[in-house]
Amino acid sequence: MAPYGSDDSTTEDEADDRRGGRQKAARYVVPVAVVGVAAATIGLVPAFAGSGDPDLPKVSAQQLIEKIAASDVQQLSGTVKISTDLGLPDLGGLESSLGGAATGGGRGGSGSSADPSSKLMELASGTHTLRVASDGEDKQKLSLLDKAAEYSVIHNGDEVWAYDSASNEAYHVKDAAASSDSAEKGKKGRSEDVPATPKELAEEALKASDDTTSVTVDGTARIAGRDAYKLLIKPKESGSTVGAISVAVDAKTGLPLKFTLTPASGGAAVVDAGFTKVDFSRPAASTFDFTPPKGAKVTEGDESKSDGPAGRGDADRGEKARPGSGSGSGKDGEELGKEFQGLNVIGEGWSSIARFDTGGEGLPSESSGGGDAGRFLDSLGDQVSGKFGSGTVFSTRLVNALITDDGKVYAGAVTKDALVKAANAAK
Amino acid sequence: MSRAETAEPSAARKSTGGAAAGRSPSPLWTLGLLGNELGTTLRRWRTIALLGVLAAVPVLVGIAVRIETSDGSSAGGGGGEGPAFIAQITNNGLFLVFTALAATLPFFLPMAVGVIAGDAIAGEANAGTLRYLLVAPAGRTRLLITKYATTLAFCVIATLVVATSALIVGALLFPLGELTTISGTRISFGEGLGRALLIALTVAASLIGIAALGLFVSTLTNSGIAAMATTVGLLITVQILDQIPQLHAIQPYIFSHYWLSFADLMRDPVYWDDLIRNLELQALYAAVFGAAAWARFTAKDITA
Repeated sequence: MAPYGSDDSTTEDEADDRRGGRQKAARYVVPVAVVGVAAATIGLVPAFAGSGDPDLPKVSAQQLIEKIAASDVQQLSGTVKISTDLGLPDLGGLESSLGGAATGGGRGGSGSSADPSSKLMELASGTHTLRVASDGEDKQKLSLLDKAAEYSVIHNGDEVWAYDSASNEAYHVKDAAASSDSAEKGKKGRSEDVPATPKELAEEALKASDDTTSVTVDGTARIAGRDAYKLLIKPKESGSTVGAISVAVDAKTGLPLKFTLTPASGGAAVVDAGFTKVDFSRPAASTFDFTPPKGAKVTEGDESKSDGPAGRGDADRGEKARPGSGSGSGKDGEELGKEFQGLNVIGEGWSSIARFDTGGEGLPSESSGGGDAGRFLDSLGDQVSGKFGSGTVFSTRLVNALITDDGKVYAGAVTKDALVKAANAAK
Repeated sequence: MSRAETAEPSAARKSTGGAAAGRSPSPLWTLGLLGNELGTTLRRWRTIALLGVLAAVPVLVGIAVRIETSDGSSAGGGGGEGPAFIAQITNNGLFLVFTALAATLPFFLPMAVGVIAGDAIAGEANAGTLRYLLVAPAGRTRLLITKYATTLAFCVIATLVVATSALIVGALLFPLGELTTISGTRISFGEGLGRALLIALTVAASLIGIAALGLFVSTLTNSGIAAMATTVGLLITVQILDQIPQLHAIQPYIFSHYWLSFADLMRDPVYWDDLIRNLELQALYAAVFGAAAWARFTAKDITA
């Protein structure tokens, strides 16, 4: 054996037992310290990052809304994070279509009929990351980031492509009108084509701004590294399930950066959509270039059926691609069910209720002889009765819907009692 | 070779050390120790067998996809099932690299790394060669670092074996050319190759955490088999924990949680958030378990 003892540990082994024991134990301080530092970093960095709201000159709510209206952002790219917690029953299948219809998200497809779109369901709960890019009026791209896959909707000139990388399928529309109607439906009725989801949500919210609503500026915040004002929108009347809507508006450009909808019942936000990164420089031109890869299945959409993009899968994913408007418009009763037959809007402002006639028998319930299916549906909703007869109320954290046994549907972002009252009044 | 494999290189290491360095070993000597260690590890039959299994995975995937799509249908049923990127393989062989890495990363690769890492210290102790190693002037800390570096080198080698095998099989069975990123943009084949290399390195870096964990386990026992089994068992356990939705609060701290983030390199522009989180997490595991292994190994009574 070579008599080398270069490391102190070898001599230490021969040293006094007690001293050695203490030194041995002392070594474990190192990994423990590493864990401690890591835990402290994880715990404290967000706390520090969150503090220190920027100092901005005071503005009135009116000025801030004007700023939003005047906002003319043509070029941007960014990452949007959307968290939704509508409190839907997590059952999929038929219930997903009910949930979808009730939240106003089920508009794209066939309306109220069963449309088991698991993708939509996916979006109605949980957190999703989207990427947006825009360059002027006719170049936009919206991508939903999935695990090791991505669903993109690309608008370039008069062409609209939707590409799903997981299944390597593409959907193509070659007409501006059709495009705005199907894949681009998320950007409905807009003059300035910024595919910024928070902006759409803000516009929706501001539409409802009248004497039923209080709009105030609620301090400042830092969103995606930019200074922003916070606009707080609250319903004045009671009966609405909407607690407050908070919109963070970029102080420089007036672009809404973050949208948060909290329910009146308290708890976590129902919808929380905001930029986590935003860049106002021109995105690379190649971003909007799309040629279907070799071997990809391409479905051509034609104008006549622009409402239902060819293929169920694409329709479903089309839903997926515009979650902002889908979930956001749920708050507004007027938006709900525009494509349903016989739609009436009762009341106005926040507590407006959409009433429509499905023309059918209503949902089967146990009492109406629906058997097992009826019993199943009963278990999801609450039975109510009143002057109008009886029906079932399906509740989410934001939107409640009353489906009477004679096939009438009342839905809105209002409490259950308000729905029953409306049904009674309509009788 | 196989019979003498553990005893002979250890002796060689000792003599190299004694001749070249004396009491204060030079950095060059440390590299010599590393090279020696790496050679010993790579010459073991079990290492060769592990690499052989890893190289066979892309071959199997490639042939399966080729047979399945010979009638013109698309792979994975067209519904986006199966490992990531599998639908694109038929159109571009380069995607076989990504699919093979996605298929091997959850289990095959970390298992191989777990075997090597678990064997690092415990295997020497088991074979009775650890004390001879420590007689050389390397010192325990240096020996531990060398062992860890060897394991990390194996991570890179194993990943590159999978990637290279996949590239060869992909080139033989499928066409190559321009490729479409998952964001729908097109990149040239050369850039695609660059991204494939970057992805392979990311995958190798994803294994840093389990390598450190395996090394720590290896210092706890004198049985090589026990250390390997524990490491692979831990791997399976955390993979299961990562699937349970109720545990979402702790999942971001599980070392395998961001493994599949390498696919974000195929987005255009690249989505860095999860990739960086993955690397940070791996560095954290390396620091914690590396330090724990050091604390254990430098204070351990070496009896074998």
